[in-house]
Amino acid sequence: MEVALSKRRTERLLSIVVLLLSSRRYLTAEQIRAAVSGYPEEQESFKRMFERDKEELRDLGIPLETGRATQFDDDLGYRISRQDYELPEIHLEPDEAAMLGIASRVWQSAELAGAATGAALKLRAASGEAGGDASGASLSATPPPGIQPRLTTQEPAFGPLWEAVRDRRPVTFDHRANGRSEVTKRTLEPWGVYNRRGRWYVAGHDRARNAPRVFRLSRITGPVKFAGPAGSVKVPEGADVRELVKDWDRPLARDHTATLRVRADAGFALHRWGRVTEDAANPGWDRVAIDYSDPEWYAGYLAEFGPDVIVLDPPELREAVIRQLKGALT
Amino acid sequence: MSPQPRMVTSAERLRRLLALVPYVATRRVVGLAETAATFGMTERELIDDLNLAWCVELRAPEPYCPIDLSYEDGEISISQAESIARPLRLAADEASALLVALRMLAEAASFGQHRDGDAVARLIAKIEDAAGAAGAASSQVTVQIEHQNARGLAATLSGALSAGKRVHLRHYNPRREEATERDVDPMRLLVVEGMTYLEGWCRRAEGVRLFRLDRVLSVDVLDVPAEVPETAEPKDVDAGLFTASPSDVLVEIELGPAARYVAEDYPCESVTDLPDGRLRIGLRTPDTAWLRRLMLRLGEGARVVSPAGLADEVRETAAAALAQYE
Repeated sequence: MEVALSKRRTERLLSIVVLLLSSRRYLTAEQIRAAVSGYPEEQESFKRMFERDKEELRDLGIPLETGRATQFDDDLGYRISRQDYELPEIHLEPDEAAMLGIASRVWQSAELAGAATGAALKLRAASGEAGGDASGASLSATPPPGIQPRLTTQEPAFGPLWEAVRDRRPVTFDHRANGRSEVTKRTLEPWGVYNRRGRWYVAGHDRARNAPRVFRLSRITGPVKFAGPAGSVKVPEGADVRELVKDWDRPLARDHTATLRVRADAGFALHRWGRVTEDAANPGWDRVAIDYSDPEWYAGYLAEFGPDVIVLDPPELREAVIRQLKGALT
Repeated sequence: MSPQPRMVTSAERLRRLLALVPYVATRRVVGLAETAATFGMTERELIDDLNLAWCVELRAPEPYCPIDLSYEDGEISISQAESIARPLRLAADEASALLVALRMLAEAASFGQHRDGDAVARLIAKIEDAAGAAGAASSQVTVQIEHQNARGLAATLSGALSAGKRVHLRHYNPRREEATERDVDPMRLLVVEGMTYLEGWCRRAEGVRLFRLDRVLSVDVLDVPAEVPETAEPKDVDAGLFTASPSDVLVEIELGPAARYVAEDYPCESVTDLPDGRLRIGLRTPDTAWLRRLMLRLGEGARVVSPAGLADEVRETAAAALAQYE
């Protein structure tokens, strides 16, 4: 029953598209009703159904125009301009068509994978790439041995932020900064989303702070809500989301040097990335000089090595490691 | 993209039909099986769609059937497709999702100095052209692939893959704080979570293993053909890079505010907010040595709840380290 209903609806929508694309004039709702099967007799239910159909066509991206059917007519009519509807001419070489297949598999999320596949099918429909089909360059073909990238979007905030960026809409959300337990409410004019090391970030203008800000999506708690109409966000000229995130997440300069005593048969990374000298007074140990940036962070890293590392210098790093280890005792 | 029978909404089906009709019309004659595979549907579903298009009838002003097609002997042909012989323009979501994916592919290919890069670049230019304004939003979605230390390796490994050669790797494992040497028969190069990996049959572990390229210390291409056993299954990376087995030890840890990031960075089985702002996580792992290291790093910011053995180990290691400062 449901299947039959859905099939009739598809038939009706397809008929409307064919009808309006073939017509140069605007056709009124009544003219459409007369030409297309499946609308009910009763006027009110027809109107409701027709409204829903128009909405569905527009959601699919079909450019439904409205205008006066005739100069003397009060009723609004509808048509679809071929020029606005049709994908421009495109011709794909077989190797390009094969890349479409691989690109369709990049997104892990079903929605975006579906959108990419939808686009790929339209492009292949427009282009009868010569010999491409016979040579196996179809969307289901095995990819050649290049690098296969995969893109995951597990953060629930991704979907609404993608829409907000696409439609240039401001958003509000709750955010918990790293190392904090309290949550703050933010209103952001998003300029773009950015993925680095598999993590998604959004950058934009924070209204309360009146300055550019970057937020990691996994630290957004609760729903992302739209805070204004589509088109109301202006992305400033020259705003570079990539640079903003890099600045925010920039590795600090390694301007300190530690002197360590490291067990000769342990601490692989310290041996490899430090400057190693023998420690004649302590057999079985090496002396390692290594550069670091943030003392607190580096003390945590060195504590990982437990009894395989002793910090000799500087004293503040030595103290920080001792504090760190005492913390792990409790 | 194996075809799976499932319910499609009327909108999805219409979207598919508006691509399917031009797909066939552009080609005049096209194989039924191949078309079904391209559209990710079964032949039965494809025939249902063709029948639906063929049944479309406009009743006014003069009744007529705008779409005329036939299918027989495994081939489809369309003799009349009227106004829908060309596909619909790309929607903003479609153009953006595809362009973002292609740009990522371009970056990955440039990175492995792979010949695909050229085709991808041409394709991106054509799609940007065809999409027009619909593709604009894609420039606001950027995906960066970590290049650190990996560029030359990716090119070497990509060469080994195409030539079907075995490689010898020196690989650093930060969880165990050790470097190992192994012979690997390459299967593919992947970019997952922004990092590049080699997947291959590891002859030392006798299993499929992933090696993160920024942790590969050196690689030698051997003059030996790669032999990947037929039973070697590529890892389903969508399920996550680290898939715990139920037989692994369940470790429970409480994290203070400064250590909350652990819940984001490691695959947890459970994450519970505690009333005092702390977080309790549960994770499974076959090897707790790396957790002992992690706990030492977190210091007073975290504590092992269970198993008690691991909590003892952390304390003992910390005590042994402290003893050396006395």
